[in-house]
Amino acid sequence: MSSRETILQRLRNRTGGELVAPVSDFSVLERPNWSTEERIERFERTIESVHGEVHRCTRENWIDRVAEILSARKARNLLISSQHQIGRELRAVAERDDLPNLLIYDEPIDSWQPALFNDVDAGITSTRGGIAETGSLILWPTPDEPRLMSLVPPIHIAVLEASKLYTTLYEAMHAQNWKTGMPTNALLISGPSKTADIEQTLAYGVHGPKELIVLVIE
Amino acid sequence: MSEATQHPHIDVKEFHPRAHEALHNPQIRQNFRKAMDGLMSKRKAAFEGWDLETLRELGANVRLRALANLPDLLEQLEQKLTENGIKVHWALDGDEACRIVRDICVARDAKTVIKGKSMVSEEMELNHFLEREGIEALESDLGEYIVQLANETPSHIIMPAIHKNTGEISELMHEKTGTDLSHDVEYLTAAARQQLREKFMNADVGVSGVNFAVAETGTLCLVENEGNGRMTTTVPRCHIAVTGIEKVVPNLEDVSALLALLTRSATGQHITTYFNMISGPRKADELDGPEEVHLVLVDNGRSSIYQDDELLDTLRCIRCGACMNHCPVYTRVGGHTYGTTYPGPIGKILMPHLIGLDEGRHLPSASSLCGACGEVCPVKIPIPDLLVRLRRESVDGDKLHPAKVRGHGSKRTPLEAAIWKCWSWMHSRPGLYRTGTRLASRFRKLQPGRAGAWTDFRTAPKLAGKTLHEQLRERGK
Repeated sequence: MSSRETILQRLRNRTGGELVAPVSDFSVLERPNWSTEERIERFERTIESVHGEVHRCTRENWIDRVAEILSARKARNLLISSQHQIGRELRAVAERDDLPNLLIYDEPIDSWQPALFNDVDAGITSTRGGIAETGSLILWPTPDEPRLMSLVPPIHIAVLEASKLYTTLYEAMHAQNWKTGMPTNALLISGPSKTADIEQTLAYGVHGPKELIVLVIE
Repeated sequence: MSEATQHPHIDVKEFHPRAHEALHNPQIRQNFRKAMDGLMSKRKAAFEGWDLETLRELGANVRLRALANLPDLLEQLEQKLTENGIKVHWALDGDEACRIVRDICVARDAKTVIKGKSMVSEEMELNHFLEREGIEALESDLGEYIVQLANETPSHIIMPAIHKNTGEISELMHEKTGTDLSHDVEYLTAAARQQLREKFMNADVGVSGVNFAVAETGTLCLVENEGNGRMTTTVPRCHIAVTGIEKVVPNLEDVSALLALLTRSATGQHITTYFNMISGPRKADELDGPEEVHLVLVDNGRSSIYQDDELLDTLRCIRCGACMNHCPVYTRVGGHTYGTTYPGPIGKILMPHLIGLDEGRHLPSASSLCGACGEVCPVKIPIPDLLVRLRRESVDGDKLHPAKVRGHGSKRTPLEAAIWKCWSWMHSRPGLYRTGTRLASRFRKLQPGRAGAWTDFRTAPKLAGKTLHEQLRERGK
């Protein structure tokens, strides 16, 4: 008998008899309906408490913000997607002096991994929404915005539409109906990479980005 | 014993001498005291504004619901994962799980494995197994990396290197990796980042654990702060996840309840930096991610625990570590004293099943039964009750409920058994009982002042001059 069958058989022929599954009441996870403004404020406060940065901007001025943020940090380049509106809008103004060199993630990682790990200073991605209560971004990487864009560069800029800010994870997963199909990889990101493994002292950027900058588009 | 089951662990039977040693080590005591005090207050703050009792009730309920349908859920999980392109393997014990991982590595001609934090892989002793097979296995979680450099085992399930202070880590990294001697945590962390980035790029396989496996969508969830888990599961071409069979939950919404409890209970965080949900390997049009994903479902004693209604509660655990953070014994003796993969209260009720109650006979009694662990457990595992149950099993002390755990009765001694037999014989005969207690109270001067280890730190109890029956009779007059 295979290990699979042995394990399943042991579990099925339980000596204590059949177990009764209780019914779960999830109402403790529900929150009163916060206004968009309340949600933005809570999101901002929570993510800033873990060293994230939030900039509130509009559809018209977000690129200016990106330029300011990156020049202040002397970033040499910015990794963008090839199809998403964010990438397209940035490419349309690529000539601007205050924007760093734009790099497009359009090749399989296998062909340029060392460059991504060693030479890219920042990456910008869209988000599928945010969660106010925990200060989290919802990211579903796609072929156009691959997984490593938000992980390897030391600065991650994420663009969040204020209208897609939910109150709780419980609300978000139901509103977006996650259970009907998850992507190969989905993420909640709630701050820059960090560790407290050395004597409980916080240090940022241990493996992932040192900085997480969120542009909230209102 | 096959080679794979030999391990570098300190002998679990040596609990008492090690506890003695740890209690006399001010550095260890200071390191743990400081860390545990911080974790306790952070947990408390994180649950402010929550109806914690109701949330814990939900957590317990979600886990019970998952366990009630465990075999069906495992099959559903397997089916969903397979549809998603993830290959599922089943292992009866740690050795079989190690062999499965090795075979996947060999088939890919893999020479290096990078690891994200996984307590099940510690249980399997995977690193040592792979090393013997000529495959390098490197830990990438900073705490685990430090522990591996020191050739030690984790002393806490969430913070593996909590027993070391900055100075000790600085010296270790200096000696093993050539970094400068420095108390600057930023510097040490940055150095480790650099050392490990190279390793991520060159690793052939990434091995990770799993916090929750969702049956309805075929999704593996990982909780972490550092990003090493994402690196491990994204950069190498092959990802192997290993997990205990109890980690499956039916629905995604179950995860929202357990996640709310897990991170707050563990480190007092509202959520960790990354919550990574993996539902499949890289698709043809995707530009990164592993091309192969495997899940190894490990039983290793869990299906035995599953048989008994009371012991079953052990399997609710979501591995937050709150029980050890709040344990007065753990805080004083530290994680290594236990000599087991899982230390602290959860270790005391889980390890006897994994290694046998003979081998782990000191574990259930390494507790004052103060009840703190049960009070903070996010899924309401009645840890103190389970400790008492295991204590009873270790002496075969209840004829009405036959002992079930492997190695039961290992602490039963003929003398103790005879004493209790006399005790119960006397107590079931009223005349004899009255004569006996009267004689004992009359001759109480003969009572010895010392009673073994009990009186090392306590005064011996003294018999009253008159028996309770006599006193009550006098009062009634």
